[in-house]
Amino acid sequence: MELNGAEILVDCLQKEGVDHVFGYPGGAVLHIYDAIEAQDKITHVLVRHEQGAAHGADGYARANGKPGVVLVTSGPGITNAVTGIATAHMDSIPMVVISGQVPSPLIGMDAFQEVDATGITRSCVKHNFLVRDIKDIAITVKKAFHIATTGRPGPVVIDIPKDITIAKMEKEEYPESIEIRSYKPTTKPSNRQIRKAAELIANSKKPILYAGGGCVIGNASEELREFTRMLGFPITQTLMGLGAYPMTDKQSLGMLGMHGTYEANMAMHGSDCVVAIGARFDDRITGNLAKFCPSAKFIHIDIDPSQISKNVVADIPIVGQTTQVLKALISEMKDKELADISKWWSKIDEWRKVDSLAYKKSPGVIKPQSVIEALYEVTEGKAIVTSDVGQHQMWAAQYYLFDEPRQWINSGGLGTMGFGLPAAMGAKLAMPEKDIACVTGEGSIQMMLQELSTMLQYATPVKIINLNNGYLGMVRQWQEFFYEKRYAMSYMDALPDFVKLAESYGHLGIKVDKEEDLKPALVEAFKQKDRTVFLDIITDPSENVFPMIPAGGAHCDMLLAGRDEMVSKDETDFNAV
Amino acid sequence: MRHIISVILEDEAGALSRVSGLFTQRGFNIESLTVAQTTDPTLSRMTIVSSGSERVLEQIVKQLNKLIEVVKVTDLTSQDHVERELMLAKISSTSKEGVDLKELVEIFGCKVVDVKDKIYTIEVSGKTKKINAFLDALEPSNIIEISRTGVTGISRGKKLI
Repeated sequence: MELNGAEILVDCLQKEGVDHVFGYPGGAVLHIYDAIEAQDKITHVLVRHEQGAAHGADGYARANGKPGVVLVTSGPGITNAVTGIATAHMDSIPMVVISGQVPSPLIGMDAFQEVDATGITRSCVKHNFLVRDIKDIAITVKKAFHIATTGRPGPVVIDIPKDITIAKMEKEEYPESIEIRSYKPTTKPSNRQIRKAAELIANSKKPILYAGGGCVIGNASEELREFTRMLGFPITQTLMGLGAYPMTDKQSLGMLGMHGTYEANMAMHGSDCVVAIGARFDDRITGNLAKFCPSAKFIHIDIDPSQISKNVVADIPIVGQTTQVLKALISEMKDKELADISKWWSKIDEWRKVDSLAYKKSPGVIKPQSVIEALYEVTEGKAIVTSDVGQHQMWAAQYYLFDEPRQWINSGGLGTMGFGLPAAMGAKLAMPEKDIACVTGEGSIQMMLQELSTMLQYATPVKIINLNNGYLGMVRQWQEFFYEKRYAMSYMDALPDFVKLAESYGHLGIKVDKEEDLKPALVEAFKQKDRTVFLDIITDPSENVFPMIPAGGAHCDMLLAGRDEMVSKDETDFNAV
Repeated sequence: MRHIISVILEDEAGALSRVSGLFTQRGFNIESLTVAQTTDPTLSRMTIVSSGSERVLEQIVKQLNKLIEVVKVTDLTSQDHVERELMLAKISSTSKEGVDLKELVEIFGCKVVDVKDKIYTIEVSGKTKKINAFLDALEPSNIIEISRTGVTGISRGKKLI
């Protein structure tokens, strides 16, 4: 049977098991849209802006682990998607982006809606392709999905000129599997490294496990739990790793880093053995590298060798899949005797008593932290929570205790405002049975508001928790601390009436400006199973995110809420353990 | 420290820009870069001369390996190897200080490959140091134009990349 390129492409997507494509049509992809319209296996989600398509596919991928698929046209179609592609790239999210391109003879001629898509996306994708022949479509799609989903996952762009989608050829079998000689990620760890790591772990007296996004994306949550419980070690998780280990568990010290808990950061600072599992020692984690974990030996587990010894030199590097490495460590350490760490735990319990997430309620204003606590209560800690970027993101990470992986979806690496709403939509399409909450702020939400329209069209009910304090809160916080309270451009005047706005998009809007109305409003919102509800919650504009390690600080130099002085612990305090 | 890095990669459109883009993106330095096909027409061999600390070099090698089209990366400087660079230089024959160009050509073992309008085109090959030494021996005003290939290198004996 003879098919055109567009039909072959759509057939390939079906063979890959794609059920949702997030996209927006345009001249260069009209043949592909024609082929999509002629089938019913793949649902196309028509977004209102291509950035929303990329974030939607991203949220979908983060929620259920399958690769997200995006379809955009040439020129502005792909440039609009770039922010979303870069967001997925920084957080290692599997994604395949198909972009239309002007017809082959016009490439390089500055044609209408022409942009060098592979050139523009090169530095923010795992790989990209420009298809030059209809015969290459199937093999390229196969390669793209293989590359996007294996090793350290990431986005792959396939740029297809329009004439390739129009050309015809006899249908060929879609390849079952693919071998790429130049791409063979290491998944199995070296036995020698495992033995060395096991030895160091068993003898450490002040150990800490530091788990990152690699435990979530690599589906290593089960192994991580078994390993952590077997050892009885304290565990801290990065912003991207939250939920890989249950945050309500007694061994969990919560999040670490710039806005991490006191106990997590102090334990990192005092540790003699840091086991990094699928984490990359990001600058928001380490703070000042020169003062980072002064007495620790590092075991660094990652599937991407380039992450190892990039920021912090690893004493024992282990390249491999988090699942496989943890399994190997579990079997290696099963019968090993461990050093006594009871003193270490009593020190940690002392740090816990500082209660670094405590905050003062004041009458008449809603504290943003209390909103997240109420959200946690009303959803019984079971919702999938997406967020945008800023103060609300940190509060959601600190106060919603995630017990399961893929429950917490946020743009950690790139820090993309506007991510939360389309990601929530994607997550709802991936996990229709789950309650989805999008924790956002009046700044972030306005960057992708138009997707409210898509959410009505595709009936993806989510609950939008808008922490509205009138300020770009994180910017305001830094200006308060480090720019002598010169609040340049961090106040947003002339905000829309979010309730009316939600209503005009066909959703339900509720404004909450009294503490006592908060919980009933949340209960009401989550009762509305089939509707998107926009909760515009007026919160305390002066609230700051604590604890905080100021730029250049060490983990032991933390600013705590309601305490004017920095809490700094001298070395003797650590050596006493 | 200076390193010579050999890269075997798929001979595909865009592969070169991926490598050069990587160096710019991550702030790695490139002194020279040469690339040409190997005996297998589907593979290219690239030789990059870069400098940096051991940690920077480790990152360069790892980041290169991460590129999908890269098959193999080797730091030639860490092993026994031969390195060469080729230069074509146009030299004016009117020497003021009486340095005999032909004598220099003999000393440095180069070749005169062309002459036109009293300008000699000389082919010099060897280590970078030797080419620099040849240029230093000339009166700067006599050097009309030069074109250098950048370093290429290969390991010695049975060892392959």
